[in-house]
Amino acid sequence: MSFPWAKEYNPSQPFMVWLDEKLPLPRFVYNAIGAGYPVPRNLNYMWNFGILAGFALVLQIVTGVILAMHYAANAGVAFDSVEHIMRDVNWGWALRYAHANGASAFFVVVYTHIFRGFFYSSYKAPREMIWLLGVVIFLLMMATAFMGYVLPWGQMSFWGAKVITGLFSAIPLIGEPLQQWLLGGFAPDNAALNRFFSLHFLLPFVILGVIILHVWALHIPGSSNPTGVEVKTESDTVPFHPYYTAKDGFGLGLFLLIYFAVVFFAPNALGHPDNYIAANPLSTPAHIVPEWYFWPFYAILRAFTADFFFIPAKLMGVLAMFSAILVWFFLPWLDTSPVRSGHYRPLFRKFFYLIVIDVLVLGYCGGSPAETKYVLISQIGATYYFLHFLVILPIVSSIEKPAPLPFSITESVLGKDEGAVLTANPAAA
Amino acid sequence: MVRLFGPLVGLFFAVALLWSFGVGLVQAIREPEAATAIQLFHKAPEEADFSFNGVFGKFERPQLQRGFQIYQQVCANCHSLKQVAFRDLAALGYNEAEVKAIAKNWPTKAKTFDPKTGDAGERANTPADHFPPVYYAGTGNPPDLSLITKARHEGPEYVASLLQGYTEQPAALLKQFPDAKTPEGLHYNPYFANLNIAMPPPLTDDAVTYSDGTKATLKQESEDVAAFLTWTAEPKLEKRRQTGWAVVGFLLVATVLAYLAKKNVWANAH
Repeated sequence: MSFPWAKEYNPSQPFMVWLDEKLPLPRFVYNAIGAGYPVPRNLNYMWNFGILAGFALVLQIVTGVILAMHYAANAGVAFDSVEHIMRDVNWGWALRYAHANGASAFFVVVYTHIFRGFFYSSYKAPREMIWLLGVVIFLLMMATAFMGYVLPWGQMSFWGAKVITGLFSAIPLIGEPLQQWLLGGFAPDNAALNRFFSLHFLLPFVILGVIILHVWALHIPGSSNPTGVEVKTESDTVPFHPYYTAKDGFGLGLFLLIYFAVVFFAPNALGHPDNYIAANPLSTPAHIVPEWYFWPFYAILRAFTADFFFIPAKLMGVLAMFSAILVWFFLPWLDTSPVRSGHYRPLFRKFFYLIVIDVLVLGYCGGSPAETKYVLISQIGATYYFLHFLVILPIVSSIEKPAPLPFSITESVLGKDEGAVLTANPAAA
Repeated sequence: MVRLFGPLVGLFFAVALLWSFGVGLVQAIREPEAATAIQLFHKAPEEADFSFNGVFGKFERPQLQRGFQIYQQVCANCHSLKQVAFRDLAALGYNEAEVKAIAKNWPTKAKTFDPKTGDAGERANTPADHFPPVYYAGTGNPPDLSLITKARHEGPEYVASLLQGYTEQPAALLKQFPDAKTPEGLHYNPYFANLNIAMPPPLTDDAVTYSDGTKATLKQESEDVAAFLTWTAEPKLEKRRQTGWAVVGFLLVATVLAYLAKKNVWANAH
């Protein structure tokens, strides 16, 4: 799909003409991220993060494939093989720090990308499919990151694996056999480590596949924009290349600056010291905490401390933790306001800032030890989390009086749109 | 459907959470959690002025050598250093012959196995060997020290503080927690996670005689060995920072150029 004014790929070089006839791959790229893709002219820097997420995935795949050449997925030597990478492999330390912090960088940009979607209601028709695929990508990312964290086979790797796979044992009847089947044993050991390595290698390529679908689905309605007003005429758009390739290039530079500053100057700041202790099934760490990007969900899991009627607290926690993400699948139908952008939704905007703070508070509690005060705060935070998406959002979208929208993207950028004058007030013409 | 069941699901979780909250709050008010001895008496590591602190910091070779001397003469009796090879010591400023001599004279020999006869034997270590394992039969499990400064929060400061931190158990602690008396065979140390450590105080003033003439105070020894163990945990620290400056410098230039390119491209589109 494209807008009627999209530039057509028109090769002049004989080889490119020949290639276009046999395999129109350059045409595909041209229409996807080249001059053949018209994009709203008013995108702000929040629209950089999709490209950055794609870049982070490529970075993870490249560093990960090289690390896999030196890593040994065997419970007896996995920890030492990581130290071998850190000490004896040429530039191995750089690769490993780039990969470990690359996961954090990937989550930072993806969380920003998701919250961009929340604020601008990017999930609304006609872009529901893009959103749904995005949530699938996020779920796959979480699975991949979790299994990747197990591979160094340190204390947090082992106990994290034990806690997370232990969640399955909360399922009635089939829970325990299911957990043993997933682990290939009664506790995480060589069988679990091997399958986690295998899946950790596989899943990024599955993510890549879903990203292709995500971008394909994006190119059908075209990109959303900060006003939420759909593209009407050619003057509302600019070609992706060179406008957004240039803008994304600058954004990428800023991203890499921060990322490499962390990789080279504070590579262990986001990790847990206990993971530099080799896995020991006989010694439980004082506090088992996952990586920071799981903290909000970990807080929700731990918030259920009392059995609810006949449902055990643990099962409630597991259900809630998964529901906290699954609820995003239903956002396009929970938020019924016809206005997309938070800029024109005064009431929605207040609740948006509240959910941002709520998730940050949940994250802080999830990373803290399970002391009473943090659990109590998590319970209030988790309550708001569910009420926000499932109760408040539908109510807000039906009672809110949105602010007036600009006539068009062009008007929002230039302050006036020739077409708007003609359409809005024909008598004046 | 979604608009009907959505709010119901939301209320279900909300009520369950508020129920947990209520139960927890009542319990917290009825039986407030009493502070533990660890919460009250555990100390965070003290700041130390290491040469490798900060983004420009570097190791001091003489200090690393002094730290190695402490490891060799004191720590190595109980603690292994299995991730480090003798050849790595060249980075401390030892020449090839010195490294060979250190390996050869290391008291614990490398184990050998003759596949023809099945006999186990011993040979002197070579620079290619890692530091041999250490077997300890007494109380406690002396951890391997290769990564100790990365395996603790504020690792270098932690090691230095712990080694200087042995004291008598405070009277206030015993008064408030009569049951918390340090058990027989353990030693009170407020920098240790649970306050009672199995390791007896390993260092004292003049525990070693430094070959470079530095006065061997307890503080000096503790910081020297902490510096050495920072090197064992992160031998590529200097290379890492050096590379970091080159990368950040390049990216600064590239990002400024990218910004100018962006400005140029967008000049007529705003």
